[in-house]
Amino acid sequence: MIAGVPLVVAAGLGYAGGWLTPGRLTAQKLVDQLQSNAGVHPGYRRNHAKGVCVAGTFTGNGALQSYSKAQVFAPGVVPVVGRFAIPGGNPYAPDSSAPIRSMALRLTQPNGQQWRTGMNSMPVFPVATPQAFYELLQAQQPDPASGKPDQAKVGAFFGAHPEAGAFLAWVKTAKPSPSYAVDSYWSLNAFELVDAQGAHHPVRWRMVPEARADGSAGQGEDYLAADLVQRLAAGPLRWHLLVTLADPGDPTSDATKAWPASRREIDAGTLELTSTQPQDSGPCRDVNYDPLVLPDGIQASDDPLLPARSAAYAASYLRRTSEEAHLPGSATAKKEAR
Amino acid sequence: MARPTDMFVWPARLLHWLMAVLIIAMLFIGVGMVASVSERHDWLVRLHKPLGVAILVLAVVRLIVRWRNPPPPLPADLPVLQKWAALASHWLLYALMLTLPLVGWAMLSAGGYPVMLSASLRLPSILPANAVAFAVLRHLHAWLAVLLFATFLAHLGAALYHGLVRRDGVLGSMVGWRPRR
Repeated sequence: MIAGVPLVVAAGLGYAGGWLTPGRLTAQKLVDQLQSNAGVHPGYRRNHAKGVCVAGTFTGNGALQSYSKAQVFAPGVVPVVGRFAIPGGNPYAPDSSAPIRSMALRLTQPNGQQWRTGMNSMPVFPVATPQAFYELLQAQQPDPASGKPDQAKVGAFFGAHPEAGAFLAWVKTAKPSPSYAVDSYWSLNAFELVDAQGAHHPVRWRMVPEARADGSAGQGEDYLAADLVQRLAAGPLRWHLLVTLADPGDPTSDATKAWPASRREIDAGTLELTSTQPQDSGPCRDVNYDPLVLPDGIQASDDPLLPARSAAYAASYLRRTSEEAHLPGSATAKKEAR
Repeated sequence: MARPTDMFVWPARLLHWLMAVLIIAMLFIGVGMVASVSERHDWLVRLHKPLGVAILVLAVVRLIVRWRNPPPPLPADLPVLQKWAALASHWLLYALMLTLPLVGWAMLSAGGYPVMLSASLRLPSILPANAVAFAVLRHLHAWLAVLLFATFLAHLGAALYHGLVRRDGVLGSMVGWRPRR
């Protein structure tokens, strides 16, 4: 009894921590799988590892104020620390390796609350659940012999996941853009705006650039960072934050499904980026762009990907900051040299 | 018949049992939220922060109550080693009740996160943003939690030992009943 009661309590904690249920998907497993696919690159993010820091401002225009009480949507200017990146865990991947770019932003309100958002240059996500994302990563793990994913496994995955159809149709025609500046970036997940009366309004958003693509393609492997330096030397880059309001019945828990194009959209303000810095020394380096860091007036929806993103980003952040701190047990730069 | 001083005063007993529930819940919430990727993750994280601050405040109140109402003495026939273990483990528990929330608060500050206790209530940062400090404090937070859990298990085992084997009134002094002799 004296030993038994504490043992039962300890076993309960083991269950809560997932140590007794090895089949359960955890944030650590997701990040481990990212590392299996791209290798361990100490100090770098475990996904979207290659990128650059940017800084600027967001100017709200007040148009969204009747839907959200967040300060960021009131007329006024807030500072932004952001990051552009390409997907994957390899910080040395060629910029043309994927037709997707990402934009992450941290907006700091005058009251100290923050809005962090990570967006991708595609309108829909390939999968709807964390488990399916994990299985997709597993299917994409490079074969040790060829160093490339086994196309049979990838094909089998998509065969079993018809929800990826919209993404696959998009990716078929998508080309790696020559510049971060010409892409639109979608929130992918739905969120809920909360107005001053406490009413909730399901939304998605995207950043739409003022710069236009000129049809050119990037040359070499690292053209995106250089392009950004060149464009910013000529002046600031601007995007408009377009917020899409859901109609009743629009799916908020399924990032694979686009909402009808007829939905009402509100231009909520302008993002203006004025400078860029390398990510190893820039202000974005130590920012975890956790999409659930939200100000009063924006809340998570029931999209199951959101808590998984938050948990996995936290696990990745702990690993890379531990590596920065050279803590025992964290990966060291030596492994990199292999 | 036992004298009134054989028991903890009622505010001390109330604080003990309230904090017992909160602290055990916190340990489970902590390990659960770190591992979970489900919708539980988000609400556990949002519960963890205000609960941690509540425990910090209650621990301070509890120390004041203890200072003004010294606890009943341990049984005179308790072996010296057990007396020492009882004393040391109790001060360790108090130290952890105070430091764990503070380390958590400092850790979020160093990570550059806004320390949100609710959708709108934000605590100030108590450290400047620094990734190395974040990593050290984040690991410290986890290890101190393991130490708190181990100390709690020892505390639980010792309480059962006093109540079931020694039957010396130590368990009763906190539960609030006096043993029949």
